[in-house]
Amino acid sequence: MNTPLLEARALTVTIAGKTVCRNLDLRLETGACLALLGPNGVGKTTLLHTLAGLRAPAHGEILLDGRPIKSVSRRRIAQRLGLLMQQPEDSLPASVLEIALIGRHPHIDFWRWESHADVNLARRALRLAGLEGLEQRVQSQLSGGERRRLDIATILTQDSPTLLLDEPTHQLDLHYQLALLAHFRRLARDQGHGVIMSLHDVNLAVRFCAQVLLLYGQGETMLAPVTSLNAEILSRLFHTPVTAVRAPGGTVFLPG
Amino acid sequence: MQTRTRPALLLGSLAVFTLIAFCVALSVGSVALPLGQVVHALGGGGDALTRTLVLELRLPRAVTAFSVGGLLALAGALMQVLLRNPLADPYILGVSGGAAVGALLSLLFGLAGYWVSGSAFLGALISMLIVFVLAHGRGGWTPTRLLLTGIVVAFGWGAAISLLLVLSDNASLRGMLFWLMGDLSYRSGGWLALVVVIVGLAACLPFARHLNVLARGETLAEALGVAVRPFSIAIYIVASLFTAVAVTEAGAIGFVGLVIPHLLRLVSGSDHRTLLPGAVLAGGSLLMLADTLARTVVAPEQLPVGVVTAAIGVPVFLYLLNRARGPL
Repeated sequence: MNTPLLEARALTVTIAGKTVCRNLDLRLETGACLALLGPNGVGKTTLLHTLAGLRAPAHGEILLDGRPIKSVSRRRIAQRLGLLMQQPEDSLPASVLEIALIGRHPHIDFWRWESHADVNLARRALRLAGLEGLEQRVQSQLSGGERRRLDIATILTQDSPTLLLDEPTHQLDLHYQLALLAHFRRLARDQGHGVIMSLHDVNLAVRFCAQVLLLYGQGETMLAPVTSLNAEILSRLFHTPVTAVRAPGGTVFLPG
Repeated sequence: MQTRTRPALLLGSLAVFTLIAFCVALSVGSVALPLGQVVHALGGGGDALTRTLVLELRLPRAVTAFSVGGLLALAGALMQVLLRNPLADPYILGVSGGAAVGALLSLLFGLAGYWVSGSAFLGALISMLIVFVLAHGRGGWTPTRLLLTGIVVAFGWGAAISLLLVLSDNASLRGMLFWLMGDLSYRSGGWLALVVVIVGLAACLPFARHLNVLARGETLAEALGVAVRPFSIAIYIVASLFTAVAVTEAGAIGFVGLVIPHLLRLVSGSDHRTLLPGAVLAGGSLLMLADTLARTVVAPEQLPVGVVTAAIGVPVFLYLLNRARGPL
């Protein structure tokens, strides 16, 4: 059996007295695409940050490439695992290309500058994210959707095999939602990356992911193949009625 | 790499500019000296008067001005990354306030020379320690907490400074005001500050890419492999020490630390591998020129150099800010 890219063993995560998950076992194999679904404030971001080793779990263990993440250096983690954050933080101005190149930081030795290969990687990521020609722009001159695509370009430039994406489709128009999720799925299928992404659009999860992890709150979770999703499960998950509708491409879930 | 030619050009021109500023600082003054004589005197030749003028009066002062300007600009660039706040300057966390109280206290007691700089340095260190310990509350060591603690402590020092000014007699008041506005006139050495700025820059440069990453945000930096906490603490200590040395050498010279890093960001982008050496060169030359003006404009009287840095810097900065295509 291959070592999974990322593994959680008996993981219990709590934040501010709230339990996000209890005794969760999770294996992210190469080629896997897992969607994280759950209502607002249930702890999707907290769980992703915990899996990225940014905060300690209450119990249990996280293994990155089979090694306890606690014992792996931050730099090594960043070489193997990329986290797309949901919220932008306070930052100083920088150009689009400079920001995308930040993704190479963990791969470049202390004393070196970015090589041609690094710059090419960043330019390719910017092209994929539809930001070609904006390389010299300052970030604050971008629209909300363009900024989001820049964040995605940065994580693509980072080029780590494990990808934790916190609402990757947030602020993206329909075209980029589909194009970028398709790209992440390609990375998983063709290049052996493993992807966990939190999503609010159930139908995108159905379309791009093979597995779902549902967070119900109070620590209750369910890990299941995406095909097992049905209206009943989703209605309970989101505390709102959901209907399954047959559409040409497969089943579509609609609120109401 | 295409983006690397521009930094080289920028640093090259700044180096030339620094050299020009240095020559101006050595040749302009009560007695104007032609450049040839200055060079001759630097090499140990020329008549005794010129040698005294150049080697004992103008050179130490130019070196002090360069080092102090460089240290302030470097500390400002570091503080702006640490706090991810474009308004941060070397004094924002109260280091200069502590130094000022130390210096004014010794002036109040009629002490001079090394007593003033010694107590200024001590005051800066005490302030640094207070802010560091207080900011380290139960909620952790966040930029906001650090900023608020620093600003409140700085307010406290401000009140203490006002009190000391009120308590002081007329004789020492003038000296105190000059100290507060920044003054290079009673400096003896300056070589220590030069060593600090050179060693400091050399120590910071290998971490310049880390600074680029931290400038994008704390969690992102952590996710990209920077050990944010120890790194932030190191930035705080290093930047505060730079400020303490600068303030001790020359009093609280405003403006250089806030504006020089921004000026360079406007001109050359935000890569700290260019920004840090650029800031040292630009801050150093600005202060050398400002000091030259300060001692010549109303000669034989001298202006506080802080007034001159503001007089040069404010219009230049506003012009560049206005001209810049992008927002800061």
